[in-house]
Amino acid sequence: MIKSLWNDDIRQFFLAAAMAGLLAMGLATLIPGARAAETRTLLNVSYDPTRELYQAINDAFIKSWKARTGEDIKINQSHGGSGKQARSVIDGLEADVVTLALAYDIDAIADKAKLLDGTWQNHLGDNSAPYTSTIVFLVRKGNPRQIKDWDDLVKPGVSVITPNPKTSGGARWNYLAAWGHELNRTNGDQAKAEEFVAKLYKNVPVLDSGARGSTVTFAQRGLGDVLLAWENEAYLALQEFGDGFEIVTPSLSILAEPPVTVVDKVVDKRGTRALAEAYLKFLYTPEAQAIIARNFYRPRDPEAIKKTAATFKPIKLFTIDDVFGGWRKAQAEHFADGGVFDRISGRK
Amino acid sequence: MNNQAIREPALVRWTLTILALAFLALFLALPLMAVLVEAFAKGWNAYLRALSTDVTLSSIRLTLIVAAISVPLNIAFGLSASWAIAKFDFGGKSLLISLIELPFSVSPVISGLIYVLLFGLQGLLGPWLVENDLRVIFAVPGIVLATIFVTFPFVARELIPLMEEQGREEEEAALTLGASGLRTFWLVTLPNVRWGLFYGVLLCNARAMGEFGAVSVVSGHIRGLTNTMPLHVEILYNEYDFVGAFAVASLLALLALVTLAAKTALEWWHRDELVATGH
Amino acid sequence: MASATLPLLRRNRVASSVIPGFGPTLGFTLFYLSLIVLLPLAALLLKAAGTTFEQWGRILGDPRILSALWLSFGGAFAAALINAVFGLLVAWVLVRYPFPGRRIVDAMVDLPFALPTAVAGIALTALYAPNGWLGKLLTPLGITVAFTPLGVVVAMVFIGLPFVVRTVEPVLQDIDLELEEAAASLGADRLQTFFRVILPAIAPSLLTGFSLALARAVGEYGSVIFIAGNLPGISEIAPLLIITKLEQYDYVGATAIAAVMLTISFALLLAVNLLQKWRRARMGGRG
Repeated sequence: MIKSLWNDDIRQFFLAAAMAGLLAMGLATLIPGARAAETRTLLNVSYDPTRELYQAINDAFIKSWKARTGEDIKINQSHGGSGKQARSVIDGLEADVVTLALAYDIDAIADKAKLLDGTWQNHLGDNSAPYTSTIVFLVRKGNPRQIKDWDDLVKPGVSVITPNPKTSGGARWNYLAAWGHELNRTNGDQAKAEEFVAKLYKNVPVLDSGARGSTVTFAQRGLGDVLLAWENEAYLALQEFGDGFEIVTPSLSILAEPPVTVVDKVVDKRGTRALAEAYLKFLYTPEAQAIIARNFYRPRDPEAIKKTAATFKPIKLFTIDDVFGGWRKAQAEHFADGGVFDRISGRK
Repeated sequence: MNNQAIREPALVRWTLTILALAFLALFLALPLMAVLVEAFAKGWNAYLRALSTDVTLSSIRLTLIVAAISVPLNIAFGLSASWAIAKFDFGGKSLLISLIELPFSVSPVISGLIYVLLFGLQGLLGPWLVENDLRVIFAVPGIVLATIFVTFPFVARELIPLMEEQGREEEEAALTLGASGLRTFWLVTLPNVRWGLFYGVLLCNARAMGEFGAVSVVSGHIRGLTNTMPLHVEILYNEYDFVGAFAVASLLALLALVTLAAKTALEWWHRDELVATGH
Repeated sequence: MASATLPLLRRNRVASSVIPGFGPTLGFTLFYLSLIVLLPLAALLLKAAGTTFEQWGRILGDPRILSALWLSFGGAFAAALINAVFGLLVAWVLVRYPFPGRRIVDAMVDLPFALPTAVAGIALTALYAPNGWLGKLLTPLGITVAFTPLGVVVAMVFIGLPFVVRTVEPVLQDIDLELEEAAASLGADRLQTFFRVILPAIAPSLLTGFSLALARAVGEYGSVIFIAGNLPGISEIAPLLIITKLEQYDYVGATAIAAVMLTISFALLLAVNLLQKWRRARMGGRG
C-alpha cells in the first residue's frame, strides 16, 4: 500500500505549507511600519467619539513637542466604549493617559486597580476636563415630528434612539439629562422623573451598545424619529451623512465634562511622566482649544468660546454634581444592577 | 446513477435545487453582495486607497502573523490528538473528544474573558507578569492565545473521524514489515488523511484570520499595533468610513473564497487518485 | 473527502497493538489541551466558584438574565433546526443533483466560517433593516427582522449553516447506492427509501451538525449584537449580558453567567458524543 508517489505528494504539501507560512511572515515584515519603532511612544486610551479630535490633537502636539525638545514621538490611540476602555486599563492595558467619557470610569481605575490616586480630578484645571459637551437631539430634515424639547420625546408614537446606559457612557449622560429636565420641570419630584424616563425608554426600539452604533442605526439604517446624542457627535453626523438631518437644542440639558488624566503607575514605570503631563497640559493651550472647537466640543478658553458663539446655541446647563450629587452616587442609584434603570426597563 | 428507480422526477429535483439555491442566496450570497457593493460604493480608486493606509496594512500584517503562529501549532496538536485517539483504545475517549470540541461551543466572549482572568492585571498570573515585565493580553501573545483557542478543534475534528475510519491495519502491516513508527506515520497515515488535514487547515486558517469576539476582548484596540483585520473593520465602521470597513471586510471574504477555491481545485486535480485510493 | 470505508464495515479492534507513539501523542494532546483550554477555563470556574449561594440565587432568579439565556438557547435551537432542514436539503442537492456552478455554490457554503462575525452582523443588518434590500420588501408585509428576536435567529442561521452541510455532505457521498436500488426493487418509493434507508444512515452526522450549529449559535456575539436590538428582556442575548456585567466591573456576575452557559454547552456536546458512541457500538455489533 505504500506508494512512493504519496510520499512525494506529502512532502510537497508540507513544503508548500512551510513556504506559505514563511511567505506570510516575509510579507508581514515587508509591510511598512513592521520594525519596532525606536521612538518614545505614548498611549492614549479614549472613548468612542474622540477619534477625529485626538487625531488632530496628536499631530499638533507631536509638532509642538518636536519644536520644543527636538524629540520625535509617536502617540498611539485606542478607542471604544468608555466603560470597556476603563476595564481594559484595569486589566492591564498600559495607558499613559486616559481621556474618557465620564469621571466614574476613571474613578473605577483608581478604585479597582489603584493605578492612580483618588484625587486625580484636582490635578488639572476645570475638573480635569479641557473640553465639555452636552446632549442634544438629532432629527430628520424638516423635523416632521415637531420635536422641540424633552417633553416631545415621550409622546406616543415617537421613536427615540439612544444607546444602552449599561454599556455606553454617552447613554448615561442622555438618561441623566432627561431625568434632570423632568426634575427641573416638577420642582424636584423624583417619582415624576422616574415615570418620565420610563416613558421615554418605552419609545426606544433599539439599545445599541455604544454611541456610534446608535448614530449609525439612526442615520444609516433610517430607524427612529430622534437621536439623543453628544453635541459633537450630532455635528459630526451632519458632516458625515449630509443634509438629511438637523440639530434641535433642548431648553435645558446636562453639562458633560469628559475628564482626562495621567495614569501614575504606568508613566512612572515607563518613564513617560513628563511627556504625558505635557500632552494633557497641551489640551488647555489656545492652539488645542481651537482644534477642540473645530471638532465641535465646547472649549474652556474664553477666547475660543467667543469664536464658537455662532455654532453653539446658548443652552441652560446643569451639572451632575448639582442634581445627582456626583458620578459615584448617580452610578449606584441609577445604573448599577437593581438600580432605577433596571427597574424601569423591567416594567412592561 | 443510471438507475431510474433511485432518481427523483425532474420536477422534484428542480424544485429542491431551486429551494436550496434560494436559501443559500438569501443567507449567503446576499450578505456577501452587500459587503462588495458597499466596498465599491465609491469606485475602485477609493477601494484601493482605503486598503493602502498604514493602519490597515499593519492590521493585515498582524493578522498574517497571528495565523502563521496559531495554525501550525493547531496542526501539530490535531495530528497528535487524532493519532492518540484513533490508533489506541483507552478509557474516557468520549470525554476527551468532547473537551477537544469544547472551544466550538464556548462563546467567543468567554474565550477572551478566560485569558483576561488568567493574565489580566487583576487575574491569577497578572501581578507576576507585571513584575517580570511580560505582556500577554493587550499584546500579540494574548491575541495569538485567543486565536488558538477558537481555532483549537478545527484540525483535530477533521482528522479524528477520518483516522478512525481508516483503521489500523495498514499501519500495523507497515510496522510488521519493519518500518519505524515515524516512517509509518509519514508514509502510510498521512497520505490517507491528507485531504481531511488540508480541509481542516483551510478552515482553521480562515477562522484564525476572521475571529472577532475573542480577539476583541484581549486586544486593547491600539491603532496600528493590536488591531487585527476584523477589529479594524469595526473601527473603520465606527469612524463612519464605510468604504474602508467594507474594503477590509471584502479582503477577508476574498480570503474565504480563495481558500475554498484552492480546496476545490485540489480535489479536482487529484480526483483520479481519490478514485484509485478506493473512494 | 477521502473517507475510505463506511463506519458500518469497521472491524472490531484488537486490544493490544504494535503501533507506537501512544505515550508521546496522548501526552502532548493532554498537555496542549490543558494549557490552552482547560487551565484558562479552570480559572473561569475558580472565579465563578467564589460566588456565594446567595449571589447564585440572585443571578438565576433575575428575569433579565433568564430571558437572555432563554433567547440565546431558544434562538440557537430554532436556528439549528432551520439549519438541519435546509442544511440537509443543500447537502442533498449538492451531492445528488448536478447543476451549473455547483462547485462555486459548494465552496460558498463555508463563507460563514471565514467571514468575520462582525462583518456578517453589519451586512445582515444592512440587508434586513427597514430601509435595506430585504427589509424594504418585508416591512410592508408586517415582518420586522432587524432589531427583533427574529433577527437574532437569522444571524444564528447564517453562522451555523456550514456545520450541518459539511457534516452531512461526506456521508451522503458515501452512501451505497445499491442499498437504495435494493429498496426500490423491493417496491419502496423514493420518499419511503429516503425515510427508511437514507435518513437513518445520515442521522448521526445530521445530529452532529445540528449540535455543532446549536453550540456555535448559543455563544455567538459578534454578528448578533448588530441585528438584535438589545432590548433588556426582549432581544438581549446572554453573551451581551456578560459584556454588560464586565463593563460594570462585575467580574463575579460575568463569570457566573459564563459558567452557566459553559456548563449547558458542554453537557450538550457530551450528550451528543455519547449518543454517537452508543449508536456506533450498536451498529458495530450488528455489522
